[in-house]
Amino acid sequence: MNEEILFYLFSTLMLFGGSAVVLSRNPVNAALYMILALVSLAVLFLTLDAFFLAALQVLVYAGAVMVLFLFVIMMLDVDLRERSRPNIMAAALGLVTTGAVVAILLTWVGEGSTIRPSVGSVPTPGNPLAFVTGSKAFGYALLTKYMLPIQVAGFLLLVAMVGAILLGRRTKLKSSEGKDGS
Amino acid sequence: MDVAWEMFLLKVFYGILALVAILTFAAYAVLAERKVSAWIQGRVGPNRTTLPIVGDIPILGPFLRSLGLFQPMADGLKFLFKEEMCPGQVNRFHYHLAPILALIPALSVLAVVPFGQYVASTGADPIPLVLADLDIGILLIFALSSLGVYGIVLAGWASNSKYPFLGGVRASAQMISFELAMGLSVLPVFLWVNEPGSIGGLNLARVVDWQDNGWGMIFVQPVSALVFLVALFAESNRLPFDMPESETDLVGGFHTEYGAFKFGLFFTAEYAHVIVGSAIFALLFLGGWHFLPGVEDPWPIGWSGAALSFLWFALKTFAMSFLFIWVRWTLPRFRYDQVMKLGWGKLLPLALGNLLLYAVLASWMG
Repeated sequence: MNEEILFYLFSTLMLFGGSAVVLSRNPVNAALYMILALVSLAVLFLTLDAFFLAALQVLVYAGAVMVLFLFVIMMLDVDLRERSRPNIMAAALGLVTTGAVVAILLTWVGEGSTIRPSVGSVPTPGNPLAFVTGSKAFGYALLTKYMLPIQVAGFLLLVAMVGAILLGRRTKLKSSEGKDGS
Repeated sequence: MDVAWEMFLLKVFYGILALVAILTFAAYAVLAERKVSAWIQGRVGPNRTTLPIVGDIPILGPFLRSLGLFQPMADGLKFLFKEEMCPGQVNRFHYHLAPILALIPALSVLAVVPFGQYVASTGADPIPLVLADLDIGILLIFALSSLGVYGIVLAGWASNSKYPFLGGVRASAQMISFELAMGLSVLPVFLWVNEPGSIGGLNLARVVDWQDNGWGMIFVQPVSALVFLVALFAESNRLPFDMPESETDLVGGFHTEYGAFKFGLFFTAEYAHVIVGSAIFALLFLGGWHFLPGVEDPWPIGWSGAALSFLWFALKTFAMSFLFIWVRWTLPRFRYDQVMKLGWGKLLPLALGNLLLYAVLASWMG
C-alpha cells in the first residue's frame, strides 16, 4: 500500500520533471528539472527493491553527469529564449515515437506476455544467475552472463571518448590557427 | 497501536535523535574550530558569552564561560533572529532553494552511518547500531553527498554576482574531480573485506566487523586511507581545498550574498559534512568502535556496552574532526589549477594503482 503511494507520487514527479525539462526556457531550470526526474526514477527503483541500481542512478546521473551539464550551461551561458518557438514537426515525431515505444512495451513486455521474466526468478543453487538485486550478485552476473554486452558497452564508451577528444581538439586547433592568421 | 506503526514511530524517533545529535555536534564543532584556531595562533578565543543562572554558579560558571561553552547557543540565536535579507539582483527561487539543498544531503547521509554495536548475550553476534542497515551503505553515502554540490553551485549561480558565480563553477569542477579518486580509494577496502564465498556487500558495519581485532584498515591499506583523506578534505570544501569559498580572492565565495539564517544553513552543512566525513573515515580505516590494536573489546554485554562503544567511536570521530581543524589552521590554500592537477594528475593515478595492487594481492593470497 505504502509503496503504491510512493509509486504514484514519484512517477508523477518524474513525468512533471521530464516535461518541464523540455518546456522550461531557462537552461538552468531545465537541468534542475532533469535532476528531479532522475532522482524520482531512483526512488522508483527503490520501490522495486533495486537499492544498488537506485544508488548508482543517483551517484552517476544525478550526482556527476548533471553537475557537468550545469557546469557547461553556466560556463557557456546558453540562452534558449531565442529558439522558444516549438517545432511542430519535431513534436509530432516525438509523440509518434513515444507512443510506438509505449505500445510495444505494453504488447510484448506487459502482463501475460512471453518475453517478461517470470516472477519467481530468484537465485537458487541450480540457477545462481537469476535476476537479483544484491551488489555482489549484480557484479557476478555482469562479469559472467553479461560479459559480451559489457565489453561492447565499454568499447562504445571508449569510442565516444576518443571522438569527444578529437572533436574538442579540432575546434581548439582551428581557433588557434585563426588567431595566428589575424 | 499495531507493531508496524510502533516500529515506524520508533524509527522516526531515532532519526530525530540522530539529527539533534549531529546538529549539536556541528554547533560545537564551530566552537572547537574557534578555540583550536585561537590556541594555534596564541589567542584566547571565545570566553565572554554566559548564561544568566548557570554562569552565576561560583567556580563552575566562570570556568564554563572561559571554555566558551555558551557561545554556540548565542550563535544559533543570532542566526535565527537576524533580519532575513534578500539582495535585489538574485534569482529568488533558486537563491532560497540553495541552502536547503546544501543541508539536506549532509544530514540524510546519517541514515546509513553505523555508530556502535549492541551485544545481546555472551557469544551472540554483535548488532550494529544504525538507522538503516543497507547492503549498499557506502554507495548511498557517496550518492547522497554527491548531491550536496548542487546547493553550492545553485547558490553561486542564483546570486547573480561575479564572485559567488566563480565559487559555484569551481565547486562543480572540484567535486567531480575528487569524487572519482574517493570512490576508487574505498574499492580496495571492500575488496579486502569481502572474501570469495561470502555474501559480500558494501555495508559499512561489515568493514568494522573485519577490523574487530582492533587493528584499523589504515595499517593494511595506508595508501587508500591517504587518498580517501585528501579527497574527503576536497569534497567537504575545507582548507587547503576551500576553492568555492576562498575568501582571499572571492570575498566569501558561493555564500557572499547570503546572510542570517540562510548562511547559517550553509555553515551547519559544512560542519555536518566534516563530522560525518570524520565518522566515515573512522569506520573505514580506524576500526570504528573497536578498542585499541590487539586488545579485546572491553564493552560489557547489553546497553551499557552499546553506549560505551558509541562513546569510543565518537572519540575517534572527534579526533578526526580535530585533524580537520588542525589542518585548516596549519596549511595554506592551494591555487585552483594546483587543486585540479592534484586531483586528476596525482590522486587518481595513485588510487588506480592502489586498486590494481590490492586486486592482484587479493587474488594471489586467495
